[in-house]
Amino acid sequence: MSQSAPYPDPAMGAPDDAPTGAGAPSAGLTTADGVPLKKSLRRAVRRSKLKALLLVSPLLAFLVIAFVMPIFDMLWRSVDNPEVSTTLSRTVTALEGWDGQSIPDEPVFAALAADLREGQADRSLGLLASRLNYEKSGMRSAVMGSARRIARVEPPYKAALIDINDAWGELDTWQVIQRESSPYTLSYYLAALDRKYSPSGEIVQVPEYMQVYVNLFWRTLWMSAVITLTTLVLGYPIAFLLANLPLRHSNLLMILVLLPFWTSLLVRTTTWIAILQSQGVLNDMMVALGVIADDARWQMMHNKIGTIIAMTHILLPFMILPLYSVMKTIPPSYMHAARSLGGRPFLSFRRVYFPLTIPGMAAGSILVFILAIGYYITPALVGGQSGIFITNYIAYHMQTSLNWGLAAAIASILLFVVIALYMIFNRLVGVDKVKLG
Amino acid sequence: MAVPSYATRGERIWHYVFLVLCALIFLFLIGPLIVIIPLSFNAEPYFTFTPAMLHLDPAGYSLRWYQDFFSSSDWLNAIKNSFIVGISATILATVLGTVAALGLSSHHMPARGAIMTLLISPMIVPLIISAAAMFFFFSKINLAQTYAGVILAHTVLGIPFVVITVTATLSSFDTSLIRAAHSLGANPTRTFFKVVLPLVTPGVVSGALFAFITSFDEVVVVLFIAGPEQRTMPIQMWSGIREQISPTILAVATMLVILSILLLTTLELLRRRNERMRGISPG
Repeated sequence: MSQSAPYPDPAMGAPDDAPTGAGAPSAGLTTADGVPLKKSLRRAVRRSKLKALLLVSPLLAFLVIAFVMPIFDMLWRSVDNPEVSTTLSRTVTALEGWDGQSIPDEPVFAALAADLREGQADRSLGLLASRLNYEKSGMRSAVMGSARRIARVEPPYKAALIDINDAWGELDTWQVIQRESSPYTLSYYLAALDRKYSPSGEIVQVPEYMQVYVNLFWRTLWMSAVITLTTLVLGYPIAFLLANLPLRHSNLLMILVLLPFWTSLLVRTTTWIAILQSQGVLNDMMVALGVIADDARWQMMHNKIGTIIAMTHILLPFMILPLYSVMKTIPPSYMHAARSLGGRPFLSFRRVYFPLTIPGMAAGSILVFILAIGYYITPALVGGQSGIFITNYIAYHMQTSLNWGLAAAIASILLFVVIALYMIFNRLVGVDKVKLG
Repeated sequence: MAVPSYATRGERIWHYVFLVLCALIFLFLIGPLIVIIPLSFNAEPYFTFTPAMLHLDPAGYSLRWYQDFFSSSDWLNAIKNSFIVGISATILATVLGTVAALGLSSHHMPARGAIMTLLISPMIVPLIISAAAMFFFFSKINLAQTYAGVILAHTVLGIPFVVITVTATLSSFDTSLIRAAHSLGANPTRTFFKVVLPLVTPGVVSGALFAFITSFDEVVVVLFIAGPEQRTMPIQMWSGIREQISPTILAVATMLVILSILLLTTLELLRRRNERMRGISPG
């Protein structure tokens, strides 16, 4: 069988039999070389399925290695907790029967001394010290200080180690070690939500002066909502104009929408810095026009306003394009009909046109919102202190504090939010419908 | 969108108010890109118009920031890196993406929706998350701080654009043209080169352009993955804006605006050519 075409041999069936007709006696049909048609068709379909899969598989394999695995690795890292269980393995074993009510006895301290000696020898204590320090401040110096002097420590270890650092004589030190001895932890997620374990193991809020992330999550969501709203308000009239002009004119104006879309993000951010800063173009113009005094220049940069203006500009095309493609499908005769039936212009618009554009508004809004909550560059450059997003803290923990577990936990929470929004978007619009310019 | 003859005076006024509103929004969209162009010719190291510039005094203008750019080894090196990374990532993404799009547009593709979602996901996942994830993973397999690592990361980011544009082109591809070519006596090779390729090329090229511009403009991933040797243009701009802000940035920005105008024109021409070949557009 060289051809996969599922046509029956005319000689085998009546000529007027439709090949796949419901009433046709298809069991009796065969191809030219005598294979039953059903089987031949199934084989042909299977072959083209296989061919399609083969074509997609190189890309799939590439993406799994270069994208999916890194994402899962990050999710894994947000709960991964190897430091205590590997570096303090003897101590953890010795602590197994501990009741958690009083300072442990000599065997546990002896195990700790052995672990510290080994850790000092293979230099693996740095990670442990930072890890314990996230849970209880002062633990870094307790671990590192004790390790430096461990070579000269003689039994009994309990007295000697408490003598080196008081932390070993505190109950919550041991509670932390016991709690973090499991290979997985939720501590990073708790920290990302401004919570922590109390010494007794309950989840409590951190003190008010240390609460950062929940507020920042809310601010990110709130500012993204504001940006979505401003893009909607500015994008709607433009989309309406483009959809209702003759094609020749609208194509020309469309370029004005697409040009910013195609221009480098950094360029657009830079221009807003040039325009909005206190010695910038807009303030200079206002001073020259006498609208504001020279010493009362508007502060529009390095705060929320700067972030909102710049991001509205950057994301506006993402609102206009889906709105436009929906409005383009609304026949103008609908509005004419509404008018001819006696509707006033505003009423006709509100009752007829506007409801038809809701899918476009929903698609554009979710798209802009998803893009906004994940923005890093623009808030980092123009946001100052009050205009930064949660993404800036991911970067901070990745690059400056080097608390990668916490960075992974914040990123994972953000990822869950984005995936949830994306599923709504997909339900409403469908990825296949995404158009690029 | 003319005002209909039966419009009342109120409607006419509203119509013109609406047009003015739209003009203002267009100004908001385009104005900032226009403003920086004259600013980049500033003779003084300021980000604003000097009195000399406002009086159109030639002494107020100069090319010193462009000279600065072209005589700086940092910037030139960054451009070189951007092109190395951008072109390699574009080729990889275009080849992988086009082949996959051929499979995806087959009617018999199993699990099409799920696979499409996966292929598009690098576009949806916030860049900072991809960057963090790739940084963790690439450090483990010794790809961090290498050209290969940056190129692979940018390939991932470019793939959704290639897949979307090429599948869109293929979905409107009329397969009866292939049969027509066969029936007119062309063999499969000739059909592919004379019929299929000319119709599909515009989609592939615009996908490739999208992938290139994505890489060329990408900061976050490079910031995390690249070492000092792989500094690209956007990174150079980023640190320029953060640290020593000088109008050289504006000169670069102006050149990039011109580049995007060129790209946009190319895309528009491709789109027209495509429509003309399909006989859709009246021109």
